[in-house]
Amino acid sequence: MRQRIFVLILAVAALALAVAGCKADTSKTGTVTTKEPIKIGAVLSVTGANAPLGDAEKKTLEMEVDKLNKAGGIKGAPVELTIEDDESDASKAVAALNKLLKVDKVVAIIGGTGTTPTMAMKPITAKEKTPQIALVAGNQVTKDDYKWIFRTAHNETYVFKKAIDYLSQTVKVKNLAILHDSNAYGQGGADEIKRIATAMGLPIVATEKYDSTATDVTTQLTTIKGANPDCLIIWGTNPVPAVAVKNMKQLGMTMPVLGSQGIANAKFIELAGAAANGVVFPAGWVLVPNDIPASNPQKPVIDGFVKDYTAKYKAAPNSFAGHAWDAFHILVKAIETVGPDKAKIRGQIEKTTNFVGVDGIFQYSATNHDGLDREDLVIIKIENGKWVLGSQ
Amino acid sequence: MLLSKVLQFVITGVANGAIYALIALGFTLIYNSRQIINFAQGEFVVIGGMAAYTFYVTAHLPLPVALLAAILVVTLLGVAFERFVILPLKNAASISLIIATIGMSIFLRTGAMLIWGKEAMTLPHFFGDKPWNIMGATILPQQIFIIAITLVIVVGMQLFFRLTVTGKAMLAASMNPEAARLMGIRSERMVMYSFAFSAALGAVAGVSIAPLVMMSFGSGAALGIKGFSAAILGGLTNPLGAVLGGLSLGVIESVGAGLISSAFKEAIALIVLLMVLLIKPSGVFGKIGTRRHAR
Repeated sequence: MRQRIFVLILAVAALALAVAGCKADTSKTGTVTTKEPIKIGAVLSVTGANAPLGDAEKKTLEMEVDKLNKAGGIKGAPVELTIEDDESDASKAVAALNKLLKVDKVVAIIGGTGTTPTMAMKPITAKEKTPQIALVAGNQVTKDDYKWIFRTAHNETYVFKKAIDYLSQTVKVKNLAILHDSNAYGQGGADEIKRIATAMGLPIVATEKYDSTATDVTTQLTTIKGANPDCLIIWGTNPVPAVAVKNMKQLGMTMPVLGSQGIANAKFIELAGAAANGVVFPAGWVLVPNDIPASNPQKPVIDGFVKDYTAKYKAAPNSFAGHAWDAFHILVKAIETVGPDKAKIRGQIEKTTNFVGVDGIFQYSATNHDGLDREDLVIIKIENGKWVLGSQ
Repeated sequence: MLLSKVLQFVITGVANGAIYALIALGFTLIYNSRQIINFAQGEFVVIGGMAAYTFYVTAHLPLPVALLAAILVVTLLGVAFERFVILPLKNAASISLIIATIGMSIFLRTGAMLIWGKEAMTLPHFFGDKPWNIMGATILPQQIFIIAITLVIVVGMQLFFRLTVTGKAMLAASMNPEAARLMGIRSERMVMYSFAFSAALGAVAGVSIAPLVMMSFGSGAALGIKGFSAAILGGLTNPLGAVLGGLSLGVIESVGAGLISSAFKEAIALIVLLMVLLIKPSGVFGKIGTRRHAR
């Protein structure tokens, strides 16, 4: 018996050695130049509920780091990017982050994909004094104690202001109804929409919620139909909003529908079919590259990104891919200027102004870690199963 | 207005309830043959829907062919599941078998993610998506189809178990495998049949609801829970009970959510389930199940 345990320990030790050996090998082959590689970590939701978002972000980062290293890295030093999957789960995000900080010893973190994992990681990167660039919209991310955290996605507060501005000024609705997911994203969004809409003089006549796994929302829509609103805001991520617009068609509801960035993907159009037509949502220019005016400084950046991404992955990038592109390049630019020092990188990101990215033109400052504003958003409309510019 | 609203809640409830019923039928079949809950049932449903998507959208087969092909694939999956997982565990306790089905569900879910990716998918409506109007409330042809197919299947099952030799043999093998074996019935083969049937039923549910429900690799858990609740409500052993359980669950959920608050929609189903388990653990329609207690 004892002998068997000994053999087992030996086997495990041998395996561990073999794995360690492999690792040492890969980092060696990854080193093209003699310079010490610069280590960056990313915690993304590659699987789980947010997989469609995290997947696009992962692909973007892999593509960009490849391109950067082929072009000589950062001043001759290759960038070693380690991507960890948090499976859309906050506790796994924390474990992955600790691994990146303690084992891989990265100088900066990109991620997370969702607000919940990001909020779980935020106090840790602050404690470890490591700069973090989040790819999420949740407004709490840059609300309190944001010294070490930045974001590239559009802060949802601006997104709501843009959306409600559009509804009241352009569509000229007099009231609205909300149908939202009961998860943190949907509930947080609905609360914020209510606050902003009420402040802007738009009464909410009905609020209904659904579970993320719902397969039918006819019941909720019937109640909303009874309240007879001028327009409906559907706040949630795929696939339920697609179910909702199909259910609306069934119930004969024809009011304008405004959705979240959660439907800013080709999948929504595929799932909802003809029912998707007419739906509008706020998002960045990246979704309508052909409609960008030539005078817009973002045009060359977005065109280049869309071309690269489409060539490599045979599909156009979504907004989330754009968030990852911006985070990566803002970080690389900061490291280029100050070198791989955590505190200096943080300070340099904070000084980043007029950075022309995919999501907009970033203006960070000591008091603004959002970088973007509502001017960086447009209203996108679905017409004949395609995205077109609805309103600027 | 209120009347047509309530009517809409009821119609929606019946339409959704039929989906739950269709999924619940698969649970009762396996429970009857092996006295276990098959937690991979939801995955059979999802794989049915997604396989149909592949055959129809990717392979461009005509819709009926694609649907049948998907049902066939999932049926074979059910047979493989029984042969490679359940049969080797024939002497194991029920709890081990149930854990094996949980393992299978994780395996299938992950497999589906690797094969079909992480995005949701849907199928076109079989008979168009123009809703029918019933006194101000609407119902889709697809929903009527689901209700109809559920009824056809439950009647078919009753006839099969009562009138055919195989059906009677399956019933006998489930009531008392040893005695059935003494009578010359190959009990193990009957268990395999019931897994095949139940997988096929799951796939029928999957392809029928795919036009209404967006399916992704992870949808099985939620669909499985609803079907399981419906089966429990109906008493687990009785297919007719499962159908009634599914329909009542759908209606209670929809009317409750509509008249009280949509915040409680998911809670209502679970509260009903808990109450049934507390007050009448054999299920509201579970009388027929008592006959097996003789065993």
